[in-house]
Amino acid sequence: MPINYYIFLSIALFCIGIVGVLTRRNAIIIFMCIELMMNAVNLLLVAFSKMHHATNGATNASAGIDGQIFVFFIMVVAAAEVSVGLAIIVMMYRNIHSVDVNFLNRLKH
Amino acid sequence: MNALILSAVLGVIMMFSGVMLKQKSAVRNIAITGLFLLLVVNILEMSGMSFFRINTAGMMHFDRFSLLFNCIVFFSTFVYLLLSARDIEKTGNYYAEYFTLIFFILCGVILVSSFQSLLILFLGIEIISIPLYILTGSDKKNLKSNEASLKYFLLGAFSTGLMLMGIALIYGSVGSFSTAQINMTEKPGALMIAGMILLLFSMSFKVSAAPFHFWTPDVYDGAPTVFTSFMATIVKVAAFIAFIRLFGEAFGNLQPQWQIWIALITAATLFIGNITAVFQQSVKRMLAYSSIAQAGFMLLSLYAMNADAKEGLLLYSAAYSLATIGIFAVLIKMNDYTFDGFNGLAKYQPLLAATTTIFLLSLAGIPLTAGFISKFYMLKAAVATGRHLWLVIFAVLMAAVSVYYYFRVIQAMYFKEGQPGIITTSPVFKYTLVVLAALIIILGIFPNLLLNWYYF
Repeated sequence: MPINYYIFLSIALFCIGIVGVLTRRNAIIIFMCIELMMNAVNLLLVAFSKMHHATNGATNASAGIDGQIFVFFIMVVAAAEVSVGLAIIVMMYRNIHSVDVNFLNRLKH
Repeated sequence: MNALILSAVLGVIMMFSGVMLKQKSAVRNIAITGLFLLLVVNILEMSGMSFFRINTAGMMHFDRFSLLFNCIVFFSTFVYLLLSARDIEKTGNYYAEYFTLIFFILCGVILVSSFQSLLILFLGIEIISIPLYILTGSDKKNLKSNEASLKYFLLGAFSTGLMLMGIALIYGSVGSFSTAQINMTEKPGALMIAGMILLLFSMSFKVSAAPFHFWTPDVYDGAPTVFTSFMATIVKVAAFIAFIRLFGEAFGNLQPQWQIWIALITAATLFIGNITAVFQQSVKRMLAYSSIAQAGFMLLSLYAMNADAKEGLLLYSAAYSLATIGIFAVLIKMNDYTFDGFNGLAKYQPLLAATTTIFLLSLAGIPLTAGFISKFYMLKAAVATGRHLWLVIFAVLMAAVSVYYYFRVIQAMYFKEGQPGIITTSPVFKYTLVVLAALIIILGIFPNLLLNWYYF
């Protein structure tokens, strides 16, 4: 399959994520949209990695491998971010019994 | 490399010391000694004594610029702990963990100051950000702190997503994450330009430059004041080093394309930071806007991107961090964070008032202070590019505006009557403040004391 399909699919997923972050009001859904953005990036990186391997693989056997390694790092960091992020959301829920980000305007005054 | 490994190990040691040691003072002393060790080890590496020789596969490179910057960061953190370690302990029950997180953040700072690959840039930014989300929310019962940490987390993760997309697009067009390889592309395609713009957006988020600054005042205001001090100084200058290294080393050849955008962002940051700071009633919030305004000045170095700019950024990060840490250390001791809370401070605490005045003068850029000479270097670098002279004139005008809100604090301390409620301070605190003030004046008169390290 041409690389364009992969690029369009991941850009579409990424844009769905961005629109979700900007329009939804539930902290957990915003968080899921951020995860969607990261997964779009993972998909794109793997597709590019395969593409670089197909074009340069003949001269350099390890061409394109770094893209896949990057994906592992993104997964690890995303997991760490989830653990901290959910803890913050739980802490918020304990205090105000809601995860709605419209509550987040006390600081604006 | 010395400092990177040592600071990771120190982080783990601090974690265990929280379990093993019952005395708060022991934990604090270990943290302060550890930071001193970090500083020593880093200076040894600058003079050529590296204990670890690890093949980083071209992903990191410790040159004099990054090592000297690390020295500045370690010294600022050392001063920060000397001044505020007791206040860190008061934030919550798990005081040892806060020191742990600070050491881990320093690991991230070392990574972003010496990266040669976008992978290390991403890891460094995340290692800085994730502990900061925790520190921002460390005052768990306080709603403002909760809110600040949730807001910081959501926006920080969002900007990381943008950064990752940018990196992926650049990888698609170049086939490598190495900054040197990216700089070698001759004709940038649409993927490359889109990736660069996304990286520009996400880095502007991290340094709180103008269209992306809106989270800064809320987060800085909501976080516990000790950690605001850390975020506004050390973390912010670290993000700037990442920014300047990224755009200097990876996109240096594309400078004609991005220079005008950086110029516009700089102007907007200077304008919004300074004008909004004028209308604040709380000193803490004023300092948050002032940090945006100072970020505008630091952006000038990114705009110019020449030898002067690099020197200027080193000097600016030292001058800005030290002065802001000093002001925040005094602010933490106050009961009332409004401007009126400072009324009559000079009468009751003449030493605190005098040193605070020096810090504020330095931030405002009055001659004979480090703030003046660092602003001078920035403007010199911007003039040397020979283009967009309006930006330099605008920056000078905005520096004049900044004098107003810094002098409001001085006016409150010296010329107004009042009884400031202040928590008692230890002798160490006072001596450190005096040393800090002296250092700012010495750096202002002899900036070469710092800059010579860059070359020799």
